[in-house]
Amino acid sequence: MKEELTTCLGDRLAGCTEACGELNVTVLPEHLLAAARLLRDQAALSFTFLSDLTGVDCGGDEFEVVYHLLSITHRSRVRIKVRIPRGAELPSVTGVWPAANWHEREAYDLLGITFAGHPDLKRILTPDGFSGHPLRKEYPLGGEK
Amino acid sequence: MAIHLEPITAGSEHLILNMGPQHPSTHGVLRVILELDGEVIVNAEPVIGHLHRGVEKLAEHMTYNQAIPLMDRMDYCSPLINNLGYVLAIEKLLGLAVPERAVALRVLLCELTRIQSHLIWLGTHALDIGAMSPLLYMFREREEILDMYEEVWGARMHMAYFRVGGVAADVPKSFLARAGKFLSEFREKVDIYEALLTENPIWRRRTRGVGIISAEDAIALGLSGPALRASGVDWDLRKHLPYSGYDRYTFDVPRGMRGDVYDRYLVRIAEMRQATRICVQALEGLPAGPVQAEAPRVVPPEKERVLTTIEGLIHHFKIMMEGYSVPAGEVYVAVESPRGELGFYIRSDGGTKPYRLKVRTPSFANLESLCTMAKGQMIADMVAIIGSIDIVLGEVDR
Repeated sequence: MKEELTTCLGDRLAGCTEACGELNVTVLPEHLLAAARLLRDQAALSFTFLSDLTGVDCGGDEFEVVYHLLSITHRSRVRIKVRIPRGAELPSVTGVWPAANWHEREAYDLLGITFAGHPDLKRILTPDGFSGHPLRKEYPLGGEK
Repeated sequence: MAIHLEPITAGSEHLILNMGPQHPSTHGVLRVILELDGEVIVNAEPVIGHLHRGVEKLAEHMTYNQAIPLMDRMDYCSPLINNLGYVLAIEKLLGLAVPERAVALRVLLCELTRIQSHLIWLGTHALDIGAMSPLLYMFREREEILDMYEEVWGARMHMAYFRVGGVAADVPKSFLARAGKFLSEFREKVDIYEALLTENPIWRRRTRGVGIISAEDAIALGLSGPALRASGVDWDLRKHLPYSGYDRYTFDVPRGMRGDVYDRYLVRIAEMRQATRICVQALEGLPAGPVQAEAPRVVPPEKERVLTTIEGLIHHFKIMMEGYSVPAGEVYVAVESPRGELGFYIRSDGGTKPYRLKVRTPSFANLESLCTMAKGQMIADMVAIIGSIDIVLGEVDR
């Protein structure tokens, strides 16, 4: 699968490593949408199923958005990672995988990551009128007073 | 939560109806905003989060072991399978191999859990649609499984029995005999459930051709588990990306054709039979030997040593109070829960607590398909459709 990824993604691939038997692909934010379409549509990849999408607060004013993709045809998984500075927008992948809709809302709600082009980016898990983003590292465990 | 009921399509003749969050057929606290044209559903927007407890945030502040009981509180209908996914992810980061007996016990208990979870689903789903009596039969068998849980580890629901490196303790001999007896009788019990429903004309009318979702839509929306298989997709993680020794067992992956409520029912019924097959194989081939890995850095010492030696006591407290460090890295481990793909993404910074834990719960992802299934259906079918997705709100909201 690593070779197929390198061939199909070409220069959109910023890095491809294997750890714990899992494939990690790094992509630059500006290449995300193009890479997503290739990952889904190229027959050698066929990552048609978005298992999961989440964000990680990496500290140092950076977020990493992590996509877990599954290829039912090839029985394989890949992890796509995109690093963005806090406050920056990332294009929404709802056009490629409709499943991303709620996952992106969750990342927006709990981490405050904005996805440009999302059809209805609003909070999903926290109540109305809630402020702050609980999964950010600086957010206190007991909630903001 | 404040309720704002503004029309979704301004100026239309559509009626906006609020369903839930306190509604007996939403299986917890799910609220759905329905847009209706007469009795036909034009749009259905689920509103979730009423049960959000911040499990992922809590886990970041706990050692790896301390978070195990949080996991089985997410999907309280299949607690052990949630434990399994979590401990498998940690074991993968640690590179820890689990003894054969523990692997087989995990499979046996997970499949009993699957049966138990499908029993709750079937009983409540039938009740939603108006069939009162099936529930009584299903809860009879579920009760037996919960009693067996109790025999294994003292708890009936939140067992936290799977631990990093194996299981908490070996099962009592009486459990094995009891499980064998239950399994030998259970196939006939499934026949009884089917006799109540499968050919029942009212059941068929309420479920056939209702809430259809195509295979393409299901995959695009991230639908997984029995609901995905009911749409004809041959995909079961136990079969196609096996974990925890599932590749050693013989079983079939039941599939539907039409992707309607009835097919989702048939798939889960067939899955109960397949789960019984796996249980029987696990029980018959149960190897002897230890149930915990030889890994003193991670696995606490036997209770006997803790109570009689100072070294054992220190060792025990070191693991319980400080935890153990897990090598830096990240893993995503997915298991087939009764509802679908249950994935655990753990990122470790080398410390004793996860830097980030994300749980991909099948109910959350499956609920996204509700609107696609409900569009164009009658409002009376809404509870049948919600029931057929088999959501657990504790898992949707985490």
